[in-house]
Amino acid sequence: MAKSIEEVADAMFNMVKEAQGVKKLKPMDLIKAMIQIYGEEVDKKLCKMAIKELINNGRCVYTYFGGSFIELPHREGAAND
Amino acid sequence: MADQLPSTPKLDELEKGKWPSFVTEIKMAAKRSPMAADLLGQLEQSYREKIGYWKHGGIVGVMGYGGGVIGRYSALPKEYPGISHFHTMRINQPAGWFYTSDSLRKICDIWEKHGSGLTNMHGSTGDIILLGCRTEELEPVFDELQKIDFDIGGSGSDLRTPSCCCGMARCEWACYDTMALTHDLTMHYQDELHRPAFPYKFKFKMSGCPNDCVASIARSDLSIIGIWRDEIQIDKAAVTEYAEKGMDIQSDVVNNCPGKCINWDGKEITIDDSFCRHCMHCINVMPKALRPGKDRGAMLLIGSKAPIIEGAFLSSILVPFIKIEPPYTELKDLVDKIWDLWCEEGKNRERVGEFIQRVGLSAFLDEIEVEPIPEMVAHPRENPYVFYEDYEDDDEDDK
Ligand code: SF4
Ligand code: SF4
Repeated sequence: MAKSIEEVADAMFNMVKEAQGVKKLKPMDLIKAMIQIYGEEVDKKLCKMAIKELINNGRCVYTYFGGSFIELPHREGAAND
Repeated sequence: MADQLPSTPKLDELEKGKWPSFVTEIKMAAKRSPMAADLLGQLEQSYREKIGYWKHGGIVGVMGYGGGVIGRYSALPKEYPGISHFHTMRINQPAGWFYTSDSLRKICDIWEKHGSGLTNMHGSTGDIILLGCRTEELEPVFDELQKIDFDIGGSGSDLRTPSCCCGMARCEWACYDTMALTHDLTMHYQDELHRPAFPYKFKFKMSGCPNDCVASIARSDLSIIGIWRDEIQIDKAAVTEYAEKGMDIQSDVVNNCPGKCINWDGKEITIDDSFCRHCMHCINVMPKALRPGKDRGAMLLIGSKAPIIEGAFLSSILVPFIKIEPPYTELKDLVDKIWDLWCEEGKNRERVGEFIQRVGLSAFLDEIEVEPIPEMVAHPRENPYVFYEDYEDDDEDDK
């Protein structure tokens, strides 16, 4: 049975949370991981919508450090008050 | 208000001479903007000490978007508090850079209210660049810009803001409507523009003819350059007029044709169009007499990039001719196939041209289902070994 956007978004969120501070994940890393875990229950379109959901509700943010990544919101080292 | 500008003997040197000076512009802005005044101070210190004092920020942006804001912080926030945060916003320019003075005034008013007031019209990708803003002002700027129908452009590993020459709006050489295509691609690919999901940046640039006024062949991952596939139109009477007015057609036109396909017998011009390289030279020299043909479309070229330090590529031919008409389905289908493959297999920070170099053109073409053609060969192969796989297979079958 096809996964819902929310289920995939939750699974992606957990991946991002576990990787925080260890490895930076690109959107494609998340999509590939979901396809590997859920097989035919997900597709790229659904995964993209799950990423959109994560970003739109502020659980994750896009970051740029020599490439664009998805991370948990945090204060960056370079930031001034 | 910045009552007194910092002393800037180094920067003042850049105001000398007869050219416009960004220092003069920043000084003018600094009379109203403390951010601009502190920018002068930090810049002078950088010139004096030969050290850049900017730190890159990688997180700032507006809610929901992953591109369009480039984070900058001063490394000397105590000395220059006005530029403690100095983020850049890229704003999607209208196709062909056509504005009303009213809309420009509104953008500037918003920027003076929330940012430094400094702009760069335009960045190399084509966006309006708004320079210098605090983090907490990004959302208010975004809100106000949306109210006047402007949106943020691309940055990071996403589709960069598509840009084009003024095309049919002002130029008789346009072989397709560059502005319409730019607008359509911008609207169609909103997700790709605002939500970075590529291995690296991807740029479309649309030029209406091979004069390529937006340098699409040098600066875009997919160059869409207007072209014709029938005969150059010749107005014989106008040719005669050029000759009568003293143009040396043999020397100025015929001898400079890279296809060596123009003949001038002193009375008439004839062109062997099958050898024409579509360089536009003859048309540019005799605009009243020669025009692009009537069967018009575009050539797609892939893979250029123009980095600042090293590794520049020019695009090479992918599709020699394609009709460019709404809803542009053929073009979009091809783009989607290229993105699917590159997103799947591309490495971080690998432009599509570099990706093609790594995997090889034939593997790339196989995957995107485009047939190889002679036009794709940029230069003859250097090694002498030639394999005719199909023939070998046929021979095997015959045995
Ligand atoms: S690229 Fe060609 S069509 Fe576009 S403005 Fe330049 S000359 Fe005109
Ligand atoms: S467009 Fe260029 S190649 Fe073609 S006929 Fe004119 S000068 Fe020759």
